[in-house]
Amino acid sequence: MAIDKIWVVAEATEAGPTTITLELLTAARGLASTVEAVAWGTTTAANAAVLGEYGASTVHDIGDIGDALPGAPVASAIAAAIASGAGPTAILVPTSYDGRDIAGRLSARADLPVLTNITGLVGGDELTTQHPIFGGAQIVNARFTGQAPGIFVVRAKSFAAESAGGAPAAVSPLAVGDLGATNAAAVVTRHIEERTGPKLDEAPVVVSGGRGLGEAANYSLIEELAKLLNGAAGASRAIVDAGWVPYSHQVGQTGKTVKPTVYLACGISGATQHMVGMKGSKNIIAINKDQDAPIFGVADLGIVGDVHKVVPALIEALKAR
Amino acid sequence: MASSAYIELMNVVVCVKQIPDPAAPQSLEPGTNTLDRSGKLILDDSDAYGVEMALQLAEQAGGGEVTLVSMAPNDETSGLRTALAMGAASAILISDPALKGADALTTAKVLAAAIKRTNADLIIAATESSDGYTGTTPVQVAELLGLPSITFAKSVSVDGSSVKVERQTESGYDDVTSPLPAVVTVTAGVVEPRYPSFKGIMAAKSKPVEILTAADLGVTTGQTGQEITSVVEAEARAAGEIVVDEGDGAQRIVSFLEALKLV
Ligand SMILES: Cc1cc2nc3c(=O)[nH]c(=O)nc-3n(C[C@H](O)[C@H](O)[C@H](O)COP(=O)(O)OP(=O)(O)OC[C@H]3O[C@@H](n4cnc5c(N)ncnc54)[C@H](O)[C@@H]3O)c2cc1C
Ligand SMILES: Nc1ncnc2c1ncn2[C@@H]1O[C@H](COP(=O)(O)O)[C@@H](O)[C@H]1O
Repeated sequence: MAIDKIWVVAEATEAGPTTITLELLTAARGLASTVEAVAWGTTTAANAAVLGEYGASTVHDIGDIGDALPGAPVASAIAAAIASGAGPTAILVPTSYDGRDIAGRLSARADLPVLTNITGLVGGDELTTQHPIFGGAQIVNARFTGQAPGIFVVRAKSFAAESAGGAPAAVSPLAVGDLGATNAAAVVTRHIEERTGPKLDEAPVVVSGGRGLGEAANYSLIEELAKLLNGAAGASRAIVDAGWVPYSHQVGQTGKTVKPTVYLACGISGATQHMVGMKGSKNIIAINKDQDAPIFGVADLGIVGDVHKVVPALIEALKAR
Repeated sequence: MASSAYIELMNVVVCVKQIPDPAAPQSLEPGTNTLDRSGKLILDDSDAYGVEMALQLAEQAGGGEVTLVSMAPNDETSGLRTALAMGAASAILISDPALKGADALTTAKVLAAAIKRTNADLIIAATESSDGYTGTTPVQVAELLGLPSITFAKSVSVDGSSVKVERQTESGYDDVTSPLPAVVTVTAGVVEPRYPSFKGIMAAKSKPVEILTAADLGVTTGQTGQEITSVVEAEARAAGEIVVDEGDGAQRIVSFLEALKLV
């Protein structure tokens, strides 16, 4: 399957297109001569400049979806375009809350397979995808053999976002298909949790805490340390499941992929499912009282010690500077 | 499937995956490079939350049944028995050699066809499975059934003919409602799954498990869209310096950060 036109499902927040959207546009540029975006909401026109800068020549605008969740309307619009013959040869979708909804619904609606957990895409006459397995210990290379367009759900941080200096994308409307009951779920209220400092997946420094912190209250040490380093606070799944911190903090297979300049793991054992989300960090520092903890296997600097001693001392040392 | 009239009894279908024990070493089958599922399978932990949620919702509604739907090889029922022992009433198992290596869409077609045979007011699945983690199967099921879906639920309640969900988002959570029937996916930690009691375990042995094939459901097994060409070891990180904290641990970290000009 020669790839000539790729559509990127372009998510946005009030701040503009998400980073993963820009990563996918960058990747798409290397795979196809024509790159276009699919967007929804009320900000598409305002975002056309950035989408164009990163390589989209056109943005197909679904328009305001009101209080609906994006999955059904966005999937139906893309499926209708495919059915009419106006669709692309491949669709790149972010691995995100809404991205997976869109990809799943599109797959069922257009009767196309969906490939997920992609961390690498190699172009050419046919598309090859890379997927980490067993917590990232091994990589599967797979050839796309399905009918076009393939639906590729790509994990964050698989590609670096680079501007192409392109002109603003042309905005073209894309009609939503027949939705029936599929679109009946409605958002009633949005709750925004207050956040200070950089976002977890964009911060140059990530300080994460795990079960070794002992109790929920001690997570404040992680937050304080993150703040002192202008970083973001992350977590292992163990303490997310225990209810100490919200899910949005989770790093790993089921959570976020982070690749900061420095990742500081405090009281985290280093399960494969955690490491798959942080192994790509440029530098890794680990504090763990067990010298055999697997996290030390990936650490550039490992401190065999007690988080209750080392972390407060580190906070004091940084404050004293 | 139930019609969307006011619901007095809650009939909940839970999609439960039976998977190789994640704690045991895992391997790929040499020929196909698919996950080796020939050993004993257990209930995916991720789905234990869905089973518990379903049981609680049926209890709160004052009645109704929890039905399990699972697709698994070799007539595997051990994971289903665990969920039946927790309190589910019955199960539909789709087991068919033709489904070996089935992709998410084929799996969804099978599950959707099985769910159609039930009287479900609500369909619960996990946000993602522990072994496949595509995270798409439940929404594919919803689309195939023409139903609304709410993914990433951290709390679920049912009120008459609608379901209310707190859905995790990047910046917090959204309150989302949907008329029933609907598909909801739950995240780990939403509820505390109960341990099966001895009585529950005994009762589970005689609960009905209907075993079907893909053909019974009229599902054709299609292609998966990909062919594995190779499996390679990921690049390993070079080992660093490991030091025992003698009171100087914090200072070592400061020096490390200084060298990177981060402090
Ligand atoms: C399908 C699946 C998906 C998963 N996805 C994720 C994921 O996305 N992210 C994730 O993180 N996990 C994930 N997990 C869970 C993962 O397997 C581990 O259970 C989890 O990462 C462990 O968290 P932890 O390191 O905080 O806890 P533990 O493994 O309990 O480790 C605690 C560590 O703290 C150390 N410690 C204890 N006390 C101290 C002290 N005073 N000072 C210093 N060190 C101390 C201990 O030596 C130990 O190494 C997943 C699991 C499965 C099955
Ligand atoms: N073979 C299966 N049998 C029953 N339920 C499944 C199966 N595969 C996936 N599911 C459901 O869909 C969820 C998400 O799975 P996945 O798409 O593999 O991440 C699982 O946690 C289950 O609730």
